[in-house]
Amino acid sequence: MAIDTGVTSELEITQDHLEHEKHKSGHKTMVLNMGPQHPSTHGVLRLLIELDGETIVKAAPDIGYLHTGIEKEFEQKLYQQGVTLTDRIDYLAPLSNNLVYCLAAEKLLSLEIPAHAQWTRVMLSELTRLNSHLVWLGTHAIDIGAMSVFLYCFREREEILRIFEMFSGQRMMTSYFRIGGLALPHPRGWQKRVKDFVDMFPSRVDQYEELLTGNAIWTGRTQGVGYIPLEDMLDLGVTGPMLRAAGLAIDVRKDAPYSSYEKFDFKVPTSTKNDVFARYQLRLEEMRESCKIVRQAMDGMPSGSHQADAPGVVLPEREKMKTQMESLIFHFKIVTEGFRVPVGEVYQAIESPRGEVGCYMVSDGTQKPYRVHWRGPSFGNLQAIPKMVEGTLIADVIAGLGSMDFVLGDTDR
Amino acid sequence: MLPESLLEFPAATLLADIAVTGKHEFDELTIEVTAGNITEALRRLKNDLKFERLTSVTGVDRFPQEPRFEVVYHLQSIERKQRIRIKARISGANPQIETVCGVYRGADWYERETFDLFGIRFLNHPNMTRIVMPEDWEGHPLRKDYPVTGTRYEGDHHGH
Repeated sequence: MAIDTGVTSELEITQDHLEHEKHKSGHKTMVLNMGPQHPSTHGVLRLLIELDGETIVKAAPDIGYLHTGIEKEFEQKLYQQGVTLTDRIDYLAPLSNNLVYCLAAEKLLSLEIPAHAQWTRVMLSELTRLNSHLVWLGTHAIDIGAMSVFLYCFREREEILRIFEMFSGQRMMTSYFRIGGLALPHPRGWQKRVKDFVDMFPSRVDQYEELLTGNAIWTGRTQGVGYIPLEDMLDLGVTGPMLRAAGLAIDVRKDAPYSSYEKFDFKVPTSTKNDVFARYQLRLEEMRESCKIVRQAMDGMPSGSHQADAPGVVLPEREKMKTQMESLIFHFKIVTEGFRVPVGEVYQAIESPRGEVGCYMVSDGTQKPYRVHWRGPSFGNLQAIPKMVEGTLIADVIAGLGSMDFVLGDTDR
Repeated sequence: MLPESLLEFPAATLLADIAVTGKHEFDELTIEVTAGNITEALRRLKNDLKFERLTSVTGVDRFPQEPRFEVVYHLQSIERKQRIRIKARISGANPQIETVCGVYRGADWYERETFDLFGIRFLNHPNMTRIVMPEDWEGHPLRKDYPVTGTRYEGDHHGH
């Protein structure tokens, strides 16, 4: 089927192309349409590839299949209701997204968050990183042909989801961080659950390494593949593990610490190899570091309230609502009317498992955000796909895409 | 004209001659320049102050105020661990502004997204097409006068 090129993509696909157009080199090229349902794209990404034999001459990603108008929806919802939308942007890192949204609103409100809530946020954000990296490793390995790794990864991920369920009542769409603190106090018995997990997890990372690091097929498919020069990545807006695997120690947790990350002792792993294998090793190293952060947060968890002392913003305690009229009224007003946020604009960045998430929030003084822009790391990272795959072999595309670890919900919003 | 208090920031001094206004709130520096100077402002920041990363480009619709749109650029300097927000206002009648793809290649998709959702045209952009909405979509959803209820097919044969 010819695609109307009146207003279409960079790669001008015409009937000529489909009927094997002659490339500059004199060879015939063909256009291959990957997706939008190719299983390896982990979501609905469409990739148009022009091939000269098995070499990629040109690649053009086509996104938007998961666009759900989330930024528009933010403007229709009360501030607190907006938290539930953030879960659905990057569905593999719900708590990271909850966090950046809450931090942005709290900055506008000038709220002081108690240490107890901050440390809980750090602990759960790092578990989110583990959760996301596990899904990444499992699916990345499947793409390259290693089926069993997926099963091991999901075994541990299941434990993390149980912890999320324990805290929030939800496995994936947690909405556990709220503007002003946490949705609920800690559940009973969480320490044992988390402790069992962090005691067990490092040995499990060893298992993944045993399965993959020395595996000849794995190294053959990943080493020296997916290279992008560091300058190009910076120019194209790539963030996160991709940059760190190219030797740049950039991490928002260190550069502009939020939610008391400055109180935690952890390393930012880097590598200079800048290929798929380096990104794999880097993320495994990040898992070990995250596990350490979770342990520190668990051991040093300060006591205190799970919510800020901000009566007009956070919901009153359940018990008080049953005995005090004012609490009942506050509850009713906050839930039905919301709270007013002072006029202003902020940009809050955090380090999500995929890179920098930036929430640009504009308030006009009402109970609903005037504008929220979501700078998803996957969007920026995907822009570098043509740079990565052009000139390489088609078989390397899958390995390269996997190493980017993008989530299409995060790209399209 | 920039407020005196901002001149302690190197970025403000650098852009003093082309800045319209500026502010420093919530520990974040914002400088507004005229639309015609946007490429110049970003080029100076990148070359002279090492703001090597463009984190995002987006829009804000101030409908029914005029000038209606704000185009917002967030930059980051990795070395000095600083961020800055640059803004330009453009009219609702003919919303267009020069592309910054020549300064930061990464602006490409962000400008397309802003075009798609706000209808702001970026001049000399290499590929000024929609990116997340379907190519044949009518209207720009993030505009404030874009309806959020109803269907696209109002007044159809059901007579509603």
